[in-house]
Amino acid sequence: MANTYTLIGSPIVVGSGGASSLVFSSIPNTFTDILIKISARTSVSSNQDNLNITFNGSTSGYTEKTILGTGSAANSYGGSNPYIGWDYCAGANATANTFNNLELYIPNYAGSNYKSISMDSVEETNATAAYSNLTAGLWSNTAAITSVTFTPNSGANLVQYTTAYLYGISNS
Amino acid sequence: MASTYTPIATTTLGSAVATYTFNSIPSTFTDLLLVANTNQTSTSSGLSLQFNGDTGANYSFTYMQGNASAASSNRASNVYSIDHNYQNAGTWGQTYININNYSNTTTYKTTLSRASQANTLVMSHTGLWRSTAAINSIKILVSAGNYDVNSTFTLYGIKAA
Repeated sequence: MANTYTLIGSPIVVGSGGASSLVFSSIPNTFTDILIKISARTSVSSNQDNLNITFNGSTSGYTEKTILGTGSAANSYGGSNPYIGWDYCAGANATANTFNNLELYIPNYAGSNYKSISMDSVEETNATAAYSNLTAGLWSNTAAITSVTFTPNSGANLVQYTTAYLYGISNS
Repeated sequence: MASTYTPIATTTLGSAVATYTFNSIPSTFTDLLLVANTNQTSTSSGLSLQFNGDTGANYSFTYMQGNASAASSNRASNVYSIDHNYQNAGTWGQTYININNYSNTTTYKTTLSRASQANTLVMSHTGLWRSTAAINSIKILVSAGNYDVNSTFTLYGIKAA
């Protein structure tokens, strides 16, 4: 029986020194779709940080729309930036030991169409405000995705025990 | 390694079409996952599903959506298919739809989906088909225009054990 969800490379587990970014590189083009799962927290002196997501090192061609639930209201925002934004990742002032989850799905990542991105993320910290995001992203580029980078917008580090996994999904 | 996600069928469109159907879906899985990566040729169109050729008003759905300026929610009852996305032409987007416990013959069938069209909307839908029949075919419709060339549809079977 085919194994359709395959771990690509080794999981990223951030060590005690922290990491300035998470990078999946040399992604093979042998799968149909890719899926990334991350549990992260940064060292920024705030409740929240944002992670900037880029493909192949490119800083152009990104658009997104997000629907956000805060625990008391829902709203929507979006726009164009030099990256796709994962907003509301826990920072150093968030409840201790809370890490926030993200799942990012990219179908036909190695094809020649523009790349559609679906991203779901949560920051739940047992505080008054919590955040649940659904994001639609588009990278208007026909290149196959060979690398994905997550960088804290604040310039802070990702802290120890941040983890990231990349899966390849085959349709045959 | 055990395989929990098994490809049942896939297609890459060689020409634009308004519908695509997965037939003869085996009953041997627990759940189904449909992944659609589409460009829809009409200015405004939606992807929707019908099951087992049922064209009656036996479907309902509820959704929430964001358009980058506001979040909203709405629903429809007694309609002829379950909507799962809405997008503008020229926008590559994706929709993945979970259809749980699809082959049981006791309960009505539910769907849960996420749709991401960055130039149009971000959406999440739940749907209901009021039938106890096991799902053996899925028809993917578009409300206007066509699914463009190179759009892909893949159906996975998921086993609980």
